[in-house]
Amino acid sequence: MAALLGRSCRKLGFLSSGHGARRSVSTETGKSLNLYSAINQALHIALDSDPRSYVFGEDVGFGGVFRCTTGLAERFGKNRVFNTPLCEQGIVGFGIGLAAMGNRAIVEIQFADYIYPAFDQIVNEAAKFRYRSGNQFNCGGLTIRAPYGAVGHGGHYHSQSPEAFFCHVPGIKVVIPRSPREAKGLLLSCIRDPNPVVFFEPKWLYRQAVEEVPEHDYMIPLSEAEVIREGNDITLVGWGAQLTIMEQACLEAEKEGISCELIDLKTLLPWDKETVEASVKKTGRLLISHEAPITGGFGAEISATILERCFLKLEAPVTRVCGLDTPFPLVFEPFYMPTKNKILDAIKTTVNY
Amino acid sequence: MALRLRSSLSKSNFFNILRYNNLGFGTASQTTRHLRTHDPTTLLRVSQNPITRFCNTMAEKLSSVGEHEDANAQVMDFPGGKVAFTPEIKFISESSKERVPCYRVLDDNGQLITNSHFVQVSEEVAVKMYSDMVTLQIMDNIFYEAQRQGRLSFYATTIGEEAINIASAAALSPQDVIFPQYREPGVLLWRGFTLQEFANQCFGNKSDNGKGRQMPVHYGSNKLNYFTVSATIATQLPNAVGAAYSLKMDKKDACAVTYFGDGGSSEGDFHAALNFAAVMEAPVLFICRNNGWAISTPTSDQFRSDGLVVKGRAYGIRSIRVDGNDALAMYSAVHTAREMAITEERPILIEALTYRVGHHSTSDDSTRYRSADEIEWWNKARNPLSRLRTWIESNGWWSDEEESDLRSRIKKEMLEALRVAEKTEKPNLENMFSDVYDVPPLNLREQERQVRQTIKSYPQDYPSDVPL
Repeated sequence: MAALLGRSCRKLGFLSSGHGARRSVSTETGKSLNLYSAINQALHIALDSDPRSYVFGEDVGFGGVFRCTTGLAERFGKNRVFNTPLCEQGIVGFGIGLAAMGNRAIVEIQFADYIYPAFDQIVNEAAKFRYRSGNQFNCGGLTIRAPYGAVGHGGHYHSQSPEAFFCHVPGIKVVIPRSPREAKGLLLSCIRDPNPVVFFEPKWLYRQAVEEVPEHDYMIPLSEAEVIREGNDITLVGWGAQLTIMEQACLEAEKEGISCELIDLKTLLPWDKETVEASVKKTGRLLISHEAPITGGFGAEISATILERCFLKLEAPVTRVCGLDTPFPLVFEPFYMPTKNKILDAIKTTVNY
Repeated sequence: MALRLRSSLSKSNFFNILRYNNLGFGTASQTTRHLRTHDPTTLLRVSQNPITRFCNTMAEKLSSVGEHEDANAQVMDFPGGKVAFTPEIKFISESSKERVPCYRVLDDNGQLITNSHFVQVSEEVAVKMYSDMVTLQIMDNIFYEAQRQGRLSFYATTIGEEAINIASAAALSPQDVIFPQYREPGVLLWRGFTLQEFANQCFGNKSDNGKGRQMPVHYGSNKLNYFTVSATIATQLPNAVGAAYSLKMDKKDACAVTYFGDGGSSEGDFHAALNFAAVMEAPVLFICRNNGWAISTPTSDQFRSDGLVVKGRAYGIRSIRVDGNDALAMYSAVHTAREMAITEERPILIEALTYRVGHHSTSDDSTRYRSADEIEWWNKARNPLSRLRTWIESNGWWSDEEESDLRSRIKKEMLEALRVAEKTEKPNLENMFSDVYDVPPLNLREQERQVRQTIKSYPQDYPSDVPL
């Protein structure tokens, strides 16, 4: 309860998209939308712009348990937007077949926690479809969407962040948006990318995050990280909902005279090493934060890579502030989570190393 | 532009979040609200065909307690439709008294069974079917021997299942898309894959469609609508359903066809695929080669149903059991099933009973778990080739002379194909890094650079037949 209130007690929370010039999208106005509405818009545009595209999964027909698919079945018909049986391996397997025939299959897994039955299809079929066939076939039209992440009361099976499992699979892409405007542009890029993509949506932000989202069709490039806050003393790297927490820590650190550079990775596989490397070469310090358990988490990959590339420029060890190595607990969620204060402490420790 | 986060300070807001963040924990009131707002006509996917399908979900009326319902009412509305009541406690038996009979046209001696129904095949088709079965058999024997001699790393034969392969392929159209397991090279052969192409894949040379990336027998050809083999069992089944749905939506006069073994039917993907196919009304043929063995596991250790054919009904799928060693029966069954699948937009399950005469693969010696006599009996007495041969000869379409001509010609071609494939160089090193994605990402470009550096330093660590 306290944690929930703590999370919601963010008055400011601006995750400004850099400084205007970097992204034309950031200077455009649009409607104020929350995350699920932005995703919904992206799906409407995707289906409208390609008649051979499909949206399906459990309960998507009536709009989905998070309302991301609202209005799609009514507008595009039940042949293109439909409920599937409760079977993730079937959903993804069917989607691969559709994509293999040149269609765009935009598949919804109801919670990332339930994606595992489809893991075989994703790893052994989708990821290898093009390679094993010598490029005679591909299922690039496949996009798998799944809500991920802590929500305050989700416990073991409504809170997971499984991105690390997928980042270990050559042949797929893994993308995680931080906000409504980013989500719409990134999702459209994922849908149109000629490779199978897993798109994790921070469910915490479905309603909680509201942003101006341009109404037209736009795409945000994959595998391009974004410096969303410039600084000189330490680089912070994160993705999804965690960036909001990290930004709070950056603001407080600034009050104590520490200038933080915050990077949204956006695409975890393949990830933009160059942007992170350039930043760490400037600041000399790196902090990575993610909700997923620390051991074997994607932060380890970032840490190892940056160490290889920036060792002599580092003033302190790379630090990770992450979830703990337990199943995601209910009552103990506030203890498990990488909170603003844990991050702030790590920033200070790193800077004072 | 600022990203606003709604602040929820009060306790009432906390519960707001709990209700609005629907994690599927809907309250009872939410659930019935959901039901009541649903218009039944929009829920049902109305199918155009006249065959009655079970209507899903919507009760025609909600049952009400306390009204003057006749206690002995014969039927009751539950979600899923009307059911009659019975006061007897009766279980459906786990199996029928009789096993589902098996459709066949030719007897063990290749004679037409009287009153058999079958789809006529022309002389041309019948002779091609037989020739291709012979070709497949010879190809298998030669490749198998090549592996034994160390020329090939691996091979898996189709011996005993030639009729399933060839006759099913003959009954399909070239536009039907195939999702194979790995014991169906005959389908490719029928469609025109050459012996050279088979050999190229087995040797993983630069002419291999697959660019040397996979083990032997993992064939694929987009030209021939045959999706590349993957060794994972039954994963192709749900893929085939998605492909079939695409064909239906594109209004093609074609279906998807997927093959699997008795072992594959135990995988979760089998269940997933059949259920999806039925619900999506997808024009897909599920052809099961029930050959009695999954490596060393006999069907008695695989399932306890009456084979595969009875499983179709559980999903609402029309099914048939066929003698897989009877080419004419296979042809007829697949031909008929294909018609149904496309015109009625439905899946069909075909269980082809057969016997795996060969070992599972060159990594297996099946005499360790079954008797050599059993293998020999099936190879001789129940051979699919000899039965078809008898029939075509009885029609005057084949002779001993044509037989020996064919066999010697194919053998020569096969040995030549082997020789050429073996000599052909492997694909360039860059093919290791291409096609992981549509365009190699930076990390792969970097890794290729690193590998090339390492090769310069330690050339002895690397095979000399892979050009750089």
